[in-house]
Amino acid sequence: MVSLKLRDLRKSFGGFEVVKGVSFEVSEGEFVVFVGPSGCGKSTLLRMIAGLEEITAGELLLDGARVNDVAPDRRGLAMVFQSYALYPHMTVEQNMGFALRLAGVGKSERRRKVEQAARILQIENLLNRKPANLSGGQRQRVAIGRAIVRNPKVFLFDEPLSNLDAALRVQMRMELAALHRELKGTMIYVTHDQVEAMTMADRIVVLREGLVEQIGSPLSLYNEPVNLFVAGFIGSPKMNFLPAGLLSRDGGRVELSLSPDVRLTIDDVAETGSAQALTLGVRPDMIHVADHGPLRGQVLLVERLGNETLIHVDAGIGSEPVTVSHQGQYAVSAGEAVGLSIDTRRIHLFSPSGRRVARGLQPTQV
Amino acid sequence: MRKSLAVRIANFVIGWSAAIVFFFPIFWMALTAFKTEPAAIATPPKLLFSPTMINMRAVLDSADYLHFFQNSLIISCAATLLAIILGTPAAYAMAFFPGGRTKDVLVWMLSTKMMPAVGVLVPIYLIFRDAGLLDTHVGLIAIYTLMNLPIVVWLIYTFFKDIPKDLIEAARMDGARPLSQFFFLLLPLTAPGFASTGLLSVIFIWNEAFWSINLTVTNATPLTAFIASFSSPQGLFWAKLSAASLLAIAPIMLLGWLTQKQLVRGLTFGAVK
Ligand SMILES: Nc1ncnc2c1ncn2[C@@H]1O[C@H](COP(=O)(O)OP(=O)(O)OP(=O)(O)O)[C@@H](O)[C@H]1O
Ligand SMILES: [Mg+2]
Repeated sequence: MVSLKLRDLRKSFGGFEVVKGVSFEVSEGEFVVFVGPSGCGKSTLLRMIAGLEEITAGELLLDGARVNDVAPDRRGLAMVFQSYALYPHMTVEQNMGFALRLAGVGKSERRRKVEQAARILQIENLLNRKPANLSGGQRQRVAIGRAIVRNPKVFLFDEPLSNLDAALRVQMRMELAALHRELKGTMIYVTHDQVEAMTMADRIVVLREGLVEQIGSPLSLYNEPVNLFVAGFIGSPKMNFLPAGLLSRDGGRVELSLSPDVRLTIDDVAETGSAQALTLGVRPDMIHVADHGPLRGQVLLVERLGNETLIHVDAGIGSEPVTVSHQGQYAVSAGEAVGLSIDTRRIHLFSPSGRRVARGLQPTQV
Repeated sequence: MRKSLAVRIANFVIGWSAAIVFFFPIFWMALTAFKTEPAAIATPPKLLFSPTMINMRAVLDSADYLHFFQNSLIISCAATLLAIILGTPAAYAMAFFPGGRTKDVLVWMLSTKMMPAVGVLVPIYLIFRDAGLLDTHVGLIAIYTLMNLPIVVWLIYTFFKDIPKDLIEAARMDGARPLSQFFFLLLPLTAPGFASTGLLSVIFIWNEAFWSINLTVTNATPLTAFIASFSSPQGLFWAKLSAASLLAIAPIMLLGWLTQKQLVRGLTFGAVK
């Protein structure tokens, strides 16, 4: 059963189109995350679903019914704002019960529902406090509690964790995921943090400049990005992009040159068009430091994260340094000359238009 | 932030000088109110004298002070209430759903205050005469409501602007229509703002003389017109005039004194918290 359906949704602000025709469906109980760079229209799209922003064109269907012109509260959705937007003059209990109060729900029933939500979020002891006397994390919980109390058809979150410090963010991320499992609610979550997207989503919608670039599960986006943009956006550290010249093609097998003396052969390439200049995409963990490696370069910077070592190497290919991710701790220092080898089974190849035309093997799951 | 000594001395001198210059006429009027008529016009002016209540009694006896006081009270409160009721929806729309021209509309509204009232006296007088509004409470309430509407909208707009838009949106998601938003959210959050707006409006109306003198005779006359009647053709009675003025401004002075904080906030459009 489909719970939410977007059909060619568009939004213009004063003649300037910021959402340019977005279509997809969200099934009941799904956790969908919108990601994309700042200004790509994530919030606008979410607010259109919420009813806070008018829909310029297209259709929004909720359980099969068109809700374009239905007032926000009549859509039965609840939103958690980045700023939390708690009512400062009300106690936590009043904040969480406000919607019920407006809906004419009796006092005892209201109290019961608020307490139930408070128990889920472990904020029962805060019910009589005002928002000003809460920490950031507690406010966040209250804001989520306010949404839970309404038992909405869909939960909408707009970057709810971005005002929290790193440690709290990780914790809340897990709690939100747990909450989703517990409530089995449909959730739409906006973030520009791809780690949040990867860790929480059932499905990710990658947006750029008001358009959907790709929709899929976190791993399918990671393994099979449809274009350069998605490949660069999903995954951290970022995928390396190396300019690669097409030397020859024989059926699905192509030979590429990265530099005059570095050549690679790749199988199963679909359609490269007539272009000679392609882009090779390699994730940092698919490049290894190896003395005998075909690529050579000088180490520019070493980032030691403890469990992982990031080595940035100027290999003389392309304008950007090549990033290598090495498991564990690796003894290398800036200025050293190193050799690099590429695991050619795990690469992506992009045509000049940015479309992916080939990829290597899928990582095997263990 | 600590200011240097020189700056603080300068602030002190300038502040007190201004305060004395502004306050002196009121101080002098208060003194004169308790002098006899001859003492009031004596030259050189006397600072030491034996105070008398003659003028106060004369004013309270001769004229029906309470009648005028009541008129001032009714008119200023009613017009203020009306201006707030009319102005709040406008301020709400402009603060939370601004359009491309909202700023222009606000400036235009305020610009109407720049026009001298005498410019529209004749048409207003004729309208009032034909509509039977001369010397009526309703007439004055209408004119004062319109007179204060721009300021009231501006003030409430600035107070609303301080409220994060997210709060209104959260309330909309929670099912609050504009009226609920107002009573559950905006009013509690901007109550001091509404108080200062109301106070300021009442004071402006209380002190207004032009329209009250020109549009009333006796029935709806407020205190300002009542004072003016003391500079009569029979002569200028300084002491009585001062006593009447003192009685007229006393209530509003007291109100202003008690609510200084809110007033300053209102007068600075919310810049001082
Ligand atoms: N009310 C508005 N009037 C005019 N333009 C707007 C309005 N709201 C958003 N925009 C524009 O629409 C575009 C998308 O904005 P939106 O807030 O949806 O981006 P976003 O993806 O949420 O970005 P961020 O990650 O920074 O929150 C931006 O270019 C923004 O300037
Ligand atoms: Mg946003």
